[in-house]
Amino acid sequence: MMKKSKRSFLKVAGIAAIGLGAFPAIHFASSDSHGTAHTVKSPNEGALLAHRWGMVIDTNKITDEVVENIVEACHKAHNVPDFNHEVDEEKYPKTRPVNHKQEVKWIWEEGFHYAFPDKEDEFLAERFHDLPFLVTCNHCKNAPCVKACPTQATFKREDGIVLMDFHRCIGCRFCMAACPYGSRSFNFRDPRPFIDETVSTFPTRSKGVVEKCNLCAERLAKGEQPHCVEASEGAIVVGDLEDPESEVRVLLNEHYTIRRKQSLGTEPSVYYIM
Amino acid sequence: MLEIAIKGSKNYWLWIVFLLAVIGAGGIVYIDQFTNGLMITGMSRDVSWGFYIANFTFLVGVAAGGVMVVIPFYLHDYEKFHRITILGEFLAVAALVMCSLFIIVDLGQPTRMLNVMLYPSPKSILFYDMLVLQGYLILNIVIGWKILEAERNQVEPPFWTKPLIYLSIPFAIGIHTVTAYLYCGLPGRGFWLTAILAPRFLASAFAAGPAFLIILCYIIKKFTKFDPGWDAMQTLSKIVCYAIIANLFFFLCEVFVVMYSNIPGHAAHIQYLLFGYHGYNALVPWMWTSLTLMGTGAIFLLIPQLRNNKTLLPVTCAMIVFGAWIDKGLGMISGGFVPSPLHHVTEYAPTGPEIIITLGVYGTGFLVLTILYKLATQVKEEVHG
Amino acid sequence: MNKNYIITGLVIFVLAVLSPFWFNMITDTQAAPEPELLGKAKTEKKCVLEKYEMRANHMSLLDEWRDSVVRDADRMYTAANGHSFNMSLSTGENSCLGCHEDKAKFCDSCHTYASVDPYCWECHTNPKEIK
Repeated sequence: MMKKSKRSFLKVAGIAAIGLGAFPAIHFASSDSHGTAHTVKSPNEGALLAHRWGMVIDTNKITDEVVENIVEACHKAHNVPDFNHEVDEEKYPKTRPVNHKQEVKWIWEEGFHYAFPDKEDEFLAERFHDLPFLVTCNHCKNAPCVKACPTQATFKREDGIVLMDFHRCIGCRFCMAACPYGSRSFNFRDPRPFIDETVSTFPTRSKGVVEKCNLCAERLAKGEQPHCVEASEGAIVVGDLEDPESEVRVLLNEHYTIRRKQSLGTEPSVYYIM
Repeated sequence: MLEIAIKGSKNYWLWIVFLLAVIGAGGIVYIDQFTNGLMITGMSRDVSWGFYIANFTFLVGVAAGGVMVVIPFYLHDYEKFHRITILGEFLAVAALVMCSLFIIVDLGQPTRMLNVMLYPSPKSILFYDMLVLQGYLILNIVIGWKILEAERNQVEPPFWTKPLIYLSIPFAIGIHTVTAYLYCGLPGRGFWLTAILAPRFLASAFAAGPAFLIILCYIIKKFTKFDPGWDAMQTLSKIVCYAIIANLFFFLCEVFVVMYSNIPGHAAHIQYLLFGYHGYNALVPWMWTSLTLMGTGAIFLLIPQLRNNKTLLPVTCAMIVFGAWIDKGLGMISGGFVPSPLHHVTEYAPTGPEIIITLGVYGTGFLVLTILYKLATQVKEEVHG
Repeated sequence: MNKNYIITGLVIFVLAVLSPFWFNMITDTQAAPEPELLGKAKTEKKCVLEKYEMRANHMSLLDEWRDSVVRDADRMYTAANGHSFNMSLSTGENSCLGCHEDKAKFCDSCHTYASVDPYCWECHTNPKEIK
């Protein structure tokens, strides 16, 4: 009997000790020492706002040269690594050889049959056959990646942009399996040795997180157009899909447009003028 | 009770040291992966899940298979399973430990894994998968331990183990169903987008799990004084027989729907696995091996003379386990990623480091299994011997 | 017999648990470095929070900020003292490093002393370090 009560005493004491140990943490979590009552967090003045951001790509205005400029502008501004870049041996000694299948890309060129595999026409007009199609994240209205993410590291902002919180991503890559457009890349390794010139206005990523196009959320916040729009010579327009007066809506009204894999019901926000 | 595990024969300790060496090797390679990232694996932008997740999926099946001894014994009072029920439960524990480890080694940022609980996301199937897997693990540890303890002390197990046992049955079905839902709810992956995925997973689980258990029974009989009983193994082999036939049938249904309807987004994957696609055919020999093994295994189990053959039975079971492992491990995951959503073909093969880490995880699982089985068999020897 | 084992085990355990103290007894302890205010930060005299609060809680403030910027698109922070700041570690004049120009002396000296290794700089860059 005695023995048993000693044992149960130790059990209770142990549980109590855990509780005591957790107390400071609970106390800290519940305290609010910065007096949020007096502080305000707000969007930048002059930020570009929308109810739902969307993109229209005019395939008539896309040439190989424009594609190259757009991809370069985007990847440079967002410190996207280029695995063909020659590594600076002094700064990053003993960098292991790359596996090009593990590349990272935000926006890139695809042929029609790859961009629109469900629109495989046997006798497609030759013009489309050779046309470069720019593909990127579609910022879907019903984004499968957002549903899949177990930590809400991928989330949908109120203005429709599907964003990544690189601080929170655990690198499970469920979102990559979920994305029907292959828009996501995983950092299989530290990207820094493969960045030609690091841009200080945007962070690089660490190994082990997923990344993709962010529709230049950091530029919209400053009242500037996305890099791809600026480099596109008028081929790409970004605007509010829910504003009937917006430039994107006017374009959609005037032209026949298609979207990638519409039948899946993800409601992509990127339209292609044919 | 754990003190039993530190008293063993020379062979026992040799086996433990061997397992520790395997775990150590896996650990060292994992340090490299932890510091340099998943670049050391064969995974890529297009095939973003590989060997780790494949083995995870297979082992969820093994864990769920344990329920095939629990149901007959606890729901139907099938006495012959009395001696092996605990083996099924402990096999589930070891399999789930491996599952958890496979998820962890697959993460790009393992130090942040608790984010899954800090930011619970009820829309994500992965969230539910974590819940059912951890739930089933805890259930099996508690049930197995309490029942074995009671058996050792020759008393009735505590009354509350009964409801937990009943609860563990839907959990077992649940872990594999939810794991299938991870894949089959994704709109852009034609290979997985099929309602039969969860039933197929369960069928292969109920074949591979009990088949593995039969092999373990042979090993236990050889190395300990405890005899799990030939009758129990016979019944188990019938369960394996039904399940493997169901698995093959479900696969046939899948192949028919996909190939006859001939929708490219769905057909391409089966085509890649069975015949090769645009000249890429790395998995074709594997898939046919798998089908042959499972088919032959089913025939061997169907014919009573062959099923009753004590020398053939473990071989048949090994064929079925290996066949199911290829089917689920290699085919099921890679097959879903090839071709990619943009219909590019990027093939996948695990790298050396990836295989060593995988073996390290299996080593850990077998260490857990060895210790738990050592406890179980020793207690049974004490009580019955 | 067992008693001796237990006592020896306990002694070893206690000695091991107290190892940080032994370590400190045989090594020199240095006073905590003061973060140096240089350049703009020296003249400005208006930070986000009061000095001591900043010292104690800057990490949770930064944590709050990153959620606000990344998830809510709120990028301006108007502090209790009425000044507003760009909620950013390193981009622009009005960010942390925009004012505290020397990362080595402002961030790293204390972090090194306290052996904390925040992973901020795995991704964020100090504009001064990029040439």
